[in-house]
Amino acid sequence: MNQYTIAALVSNKSGVLTRVSSMFARRGYNIESISACKTEDPTLSRLTIVLNGDDYILEQMTKQMDKLIDVKKIKQVEEDAVYRELLLVKLKTDASKRSEIFELCQIFRAKIVDVSPETTMLELSGKPVKLDGFVNMLMPYGIIELARTGVTAISRGTKCIRDEADYKEKI
Amino acid sequence: MERIGAEILIECLKEQGVDTVFGYPGGTVLDIYDALYRDGTINHVITAHEQGAAHAADGYARVTGKTGVVIATSGPGATNLVTGIATAFMDSIPVVAITGNVGINMLGRDSFQEIDITGITVPITKHNFIVKDVKDLAEIVREAFAIANTGRKGPVLIDILKNVQIAPAEYLPATPREMKHKPLPAEALKAAADALNGCERPIVMAGGGAIASNASEEIKMLAEKLNAPVVSTLMGLGAFPASHLLNLGMMGMHGTHAAAKACMESDCILAIGTRFSDRVALNRDKFAKDKTVIQIDIDDAEMGKNVAATHTVLGDVKEALKTLLPLLIPVKERAFAQKVTSYKTEEKKSAGISELGHKILTEAAKLAPKESVVVTDVGQHQMWTAQHYPIEKPRTICTSGGLGTMGYGFGAAIGAAFGSKKHVVLVTGDGSFNMNLNELSTAVTQNLPITILLMNNRALGMVRQWQKLFYGSRFSQTVVNKKTDYVKFAESFGAKGLRITKAEEVAPVLKEAFSTPSPVLVDCVISEDENVLPMIKPGQTYDTIITKWEDR
Repeated sequence: MNQYTIAALVSNKSGVLTRVSSMFARRGYNIESISACKTEDPTLSRLTIVLNGDDYILEQMTKQMDKLIDVKKIKQVEEDAVYRELLLVKLKTDASKRSEIFELCQIFRAKIVDVSPETTMLELSGKPVKLDGFVNMLMPYGIIELARTGVTAISRGTKCIRDEADYKEKI
Repeated sequence: MERIGAEILIECLKEQGVDTVFGYPGGTVLDIYDALYRDGTINHVITAHEQGAAHAADGYARVTGKTGVVIATSGPGATNLVTGIATAFMDSIPVVAITGNVGINMLGRDSFQEIDITGITVPITKHNFIVKDVKDLAEIVREAFAIANTGRKGPVLIDILKNVQIAPAEYLPATPREMKHKPLPAEALKAAADALNGCERPIVMAGGGAIASNASEEIKMLAEKLNAPVVSTLMGLGAFPASHLLNLGMMGMHGTHAAAKACMESDCILAIGTRFSDRVALNRDKFAKDKTVIQIDIDDAEMGKNVAATHTVLGDVKEALKTLLPLLIPVKERAFAQKVTSYKTEEKKSAGISELGHKILTEAAKLAPKESVVVTDVGQHQMWTAQHYPIEKPRTICTSGGLGTMGYGFGAAIGAAFGSKKHVVLVTGDGSFNMNLNELSTAVTQNLPITILLMNNRALGMVRQWQKLFYGSRFSQTVVNKKTDYVKFAESFGAKGLRITKAEEVAPVLKEAFSTPSPVLVDCVISEDENVLPMIKPGQTYDTIITKWEDR
C-alpha cells in the first residue's frame, strides 16, 4: 500500500466536497486526509487529498474525480513538492514544566500561541512526519486537545496545476 | 423580455428542441405545469407513476438519441424518479430530470414534501443542480442539456425551488451549445491500426458506446474491411446488423456459443465503447490475458478499469473509427472469420428456452411491423430476446443493462413509442410486468401501438434458474403463481387481451396483435421450468460455457 497526494482545483460552490467524498465512499477509496481551501481565484477552491492505495486506485481515483463536472484540474503531487500541515496542540502545563516545553518548541521550531496558569497551546507547521514526531514528544505532558489541518502541497519551480489538461476539454 | 421562472424553463426546453416530456404534476411544480398549459406547444405525457415517466424519458432518449425529459414534484415525486435515473446512469442515457422543491423560506425545515433530491441523486447522476435564484435558471437548464448529451452521456437532475418558478427575470433566447468533438490522439490511433493490421484473429466488440456515438456505419465498414467477426454486448445490440454474415451475436454470461468461442480463439479484441462489465468479462483477470486489447472509449476512467488494455484511444467512437478506417489494410479472406462464423450453425441446436417461447420470439420478429422497436424488461425473457430476436439497426432495442431494472419495460415502451413513432414490441415477464403494469393505463389513454408479449411462467424465472444452479433447487419466493387473468386485466384497462398456450396459436394470435395499432397484451403461457442458455457462471472463464442444462 502506497500513499499518494492529489491536488485538485474545483468549483467554489456548496456541495462540491460532498460530491467528491461521496464518490470516494461509493468506490471504496481509502482516504487518509482531505483539506479544502479558497484560492486566489474566487470561483475555485483547492482540494488536497491523501490517498492510500496502489497505482490502479490512484489512476482510477484521479480519472473518476476528473469526470466530475465541478472538478476543473487535477494532478498527482510530486514527491519532491512542498508539503505542509499545521498543528495546534493544547497541553496541561503548570509553571514547573513550561521551560521544558519551551526547549522542545525551540528544537521543532514550534510557537507558543496561548498560555494560561494550567495550559499551554503550541503551533507547529511542517511535513506531517515532523508533526507526528512533535506530538510523540508531547504525549508525556498530557495533551488536552489537538487539531491538525491535513496536509496541503504545491509543486516546486514553475509547474502549476492550472496548466494541467482538463479531461473534459480533451474529448 | 421579462418572464417568470416557470416560463423561462419552458422556453429553455424549447430552445433545446424538446417536443415531448413525461411527468406527473404536484404541489411544487404547479407553476411549471401552468406554464406548460399556457404555452401549449410541448406534448406532456402523464404516466401512472413517476417511475414510469422516468423510464419513458429513458426509452425516448434511447430510440431518438435526443435527451429525454421527465418532470416530477418534490418529495415522493422526486424519490419515485430515483430508479429511473439510476437506470439511465448505469446505461449512460441522456436524460434531464426536472423536480420542483419547496420555496427557499421553507427549505431545510422538513416542510411538507421536502426532500433533498440533489443529495439523494449525487451518486446516480452525471451532475445535478439546485436552483435557488431565478437569474441562474436559464444557464443551468442549458448546461444540464449540454452535460447530459455530451462526453459519456447520462442523466442530470435540476431541482427548482418553488420561489424560483414564480420569480420574474430577464430572459434572453439562446441556441443550444454546439457539441463538437476534439481531434483524436493520432499516435494512439496509429498504434491501434498497427495492432489490427498485424494480428491474425481479430474480433470487434461493440458496446453501448457504439450506439451512443451513432457509429454503426463505421463499425460495419471496419468489420468488412478487416473481415473481422463482430460480437456485441447487451448494450451494443443493434450496432451491427444481426443478419450480417460476420455477426456472432451477443457475448457474455448469456451470450452465444459462437461469440464465446470466437473471443477465446481471437488474438486481438477491438473494444468499442464498452466497459468490460462483470456480465461480459466475467473473470476480468483472465478475460483477455494473452490478447492484444484495443479500447476506444470516451470515458478515460474506463480505460483499463476492468480489463487491462494494450492500446487505448480516448475520444468519440465514431470519430475514432473514421480516423482509423483509412489506416487499415483490407483483408479479403480470413480463415479465422470463416471458422468462427461457422460456429453459428452449431448454435441453433442448443437453446435453453422452450420451443413455445422460442417460437413466439422468432415469429414475433418475422410478423412485427417493419422497423418496430423492441423493449424488454429484466430477466429470462430479456436474455431470450437478446439471443433470438434479431436486432438489425441501432436504437431499435431498449433494455436495462447495467442496473437490470425489473419494471423498466413498460415506461420505456411508452417513451420509445413517442420517440420512434413506430410499433413497439414489449417483451416482458410476469415478474417484471407486475412491477409497473399500471402504465397500461397510460398506453391505452395515449392509444400507443404497443404489443406486449408477456412471457408468463408464473415464476421469477431468472432467480429460479440461479436457485436451481446454486441453491439446490430450493425455490425460495420465486414460484409466485399469481391468479391474475392477464387477458381480463388488459380488457379492464381498455386494452386488447389475447393468449397463447400452444404452438398453433402463435402465428394467428401474433398476427392479430400486430395488426392492432393500440395496446395489446398477449399472455404467453410458457412452462414454469425454463432456462436461459448458454450460460457462463459468474466469475468463470469462457471455456466453461454451459450449452446444455445437463452439463451444468
